[in-house]
Amino acid sequence: MSALSASRRILSAYVILYVAILYFPVLLLPVFSFNDSATPKLPLAGFTFKWYESLAGNAAMQGAAWNSLVVGVSAAVLSTVLGICAARAITRHRFRGLGAASSLIMAPLILPEIIIAISLLVVMLGLGLQLSLVTVILGHLLICVPYSVTVLVSGFEGFDPSMEEASRDLGETSFGTLRRVTLPMLAPSIVSSLLVTFTISLDEFILAFFLSGTEPTLPVYIWGQLRFAAKLPNVLALGSILIAASLILLTAAELFRRRAERKMELRP
Amino acid sequence: MSAAPMIDIRNVDKVFGNFRALDTLNASIGEGEFFSLLGPSGCGKTTLLRMIGGFDEPTSGEILIGGKSMAGIPPNLRPTNMVFQSYAIFPHLNVSENIAYGLKRLRLGREEEEKRVREALAQVELSELGPRMGNQLSGGQRQRVALARSLVMRPKVLLLDEPLSALDKNLREQMQVELRHLQRQIGITFVLVTHDQYEALSMSDRIAVMFAGQIAQIDSPKEIYQNPATRQVADFLGGMNFLTASELAVDGKVFRAVLPGIGAITGHLAGKAISDPASAIIGIRPERLRIVWEGETADHIVTGKVVDRNYYGEMTSLVVGIEGQSERVSVVETNDFGADDIPVGSDIAITYDRDAFIIMQG
Repeated sequence: MSALSASRRILSAYVILYVAILYFPVLLLPVFSFNDSATPKLPLAGFTFKWYESLAGNAAMQGAAWNSLVVGVSAAVLSTVLGICAARAITRHRFRGLGAASSLIMAPLILPEIIIAISLLVVMLGLGLQLSLVTVILGHLLICVPYSVTVLVSGFEGFDPSMEEASRDLGETSFGTLRRVTLPMLAPSIVSSLLVTFTISLDEFILAFFLSGTEPTLPVYIWGQLRFAAKLPNVLALGSILIAASLILLTAAELFRRRAERKMELRP
Repeated sequence: MSAAPMIDIRNVDKVFGNFRALDTLNASIGEGEFFSLLGPSGCGKTTLLRMIGGFDEPTSGEILIGGKSMAGIPPNLRPTNMVFQSYAIFPHLNVSENIAYGLKRLRLGREEEEKRVREALAQVELSELGPRMGNQLSGGQRQRVALARSLVMRPKVLLLDEPLSALDKNLREQMQVELRHLQRQIGITFVLVTHDQYEALSMSDRIAVMFAGQIAQIDSPKEIYQNPATRQVADFLGGMNFLTASELAVDGKVFRAVLPGIGAITGHLAGKAISDPASAIIGIRPERLRIVWEGETADHIVTGKVVDRNYYGEMTSLVVGIEGQSERVSVVETNDFGADDIPVGSDIAITYDRDAFIIMQG
């Protein structure tokens, strides 16, 4: 038995403990959402679907879900379009202020979200905007664009710029080149960007809370429900659905990203 | 070569920031000519090719194709097509779709389009590979698809950016022959960029040798090799022995020199204008020096010592020190007579072809 294998065992134990602490609370959510008891506590009382069933008849929750869908799809599409433009500029052109521009695009990722939320609230009210889903979409755009740009920059870097030149050389216009070469080659990155940003928007709470006015998104709705102890099992059920949806979307995004990578590789 | 050039490059400059990539270039390329731009990396040859294709604009000067100025005309409206160094085969399309890519815009109708694709595939001997996806091809196949995709557009000029550099040696040599045949067969102008002197020599009608943004010489392969204008050109085109001269005089069309350790020699200027004899230099190609074997006689015998020996299979290169010459000379001999067995350190007698000395601008 060498010191190496001993240290390796300690390391494995540490990793297992780390992962357990990280994910155990999250795993409790789905467990209690199927528990036939009004309070989430052990021992489990019995299996039930009733919390999910009562969600189905909850108009306020469905309204919030619809709001989230509208915000998520809008933010994802807008952020991906902006991301394509920014990623193309970053990867294909050299210009003054390139470094500054790309850092500024990424800045919202490291700024405290509460500060962004308060600043946006002040600015939007100052501009005389009514708080609505539109303001939420604008807020989400700010935090979604960095993810889009990251995904799409690697998409652009993954293919040879002379592909676009070859298209021009073969008689195609700039727009035709975008349609027939650039977008198809970026398709997996674009899908990946849409899925990632949709997921981010779907789960986002702070900006939505500050900017949503009278139209709550799902996380804002959940926050509202937490005040009522009796609604807690419903919230657990809804939370479980959100976790499942996020996992599925992010897995799909990663699969698309890998497919994109494979597609660009040349197989001899 | 017809009277009106296919491509006319007039006083072309290209400046990137404060780097002068191309410096007042002038060249005319004829219709149906196989023209090569040869030079080390960074000499500006690719920049010039990209300007002909429309991917870069000259800072000043102009490029005419078929007599028309190309200023401001984008690549898609020029009568040129390019084979890119990376081949740039679209990986999301199959081979036929790649070849049909440019035809789609011409709206030829399905039958005509399919016919042209079939012909192009046959031309590059890839008829079986139509349905294969672009990212499932070997290097040689991608090169052929790139070629077919350009030729199917029936350009007046085909531009080739180091098209063979990614291939291994045997395939490269085979493709050199094929490219040359193809060019003769379709008869359009080919402009090839390469840093490989053998490639340029074996394929071209004429070669422009470029250094640091300037064209040093434009000539036929034979002239370029046998009669390089400058020391730099001679050096780039394979081995050249540069010789020390104690006296050098230019007189009309001939030059006379005294070479220490070798003797007095004469040679022809061969059309060159040597503006400054003081900076001119005499040279001789290694294969124009021969070993004088035992029992042989020769008019001019030069003696020296073998300093080094390099074996190349079918031939051997001997590095010989000659007293009075500051640089060692190399002698290339085929191995039929045993040049590969001459020991390093032995004395050796060599002779030269009388007409083999070349004068170059230093």
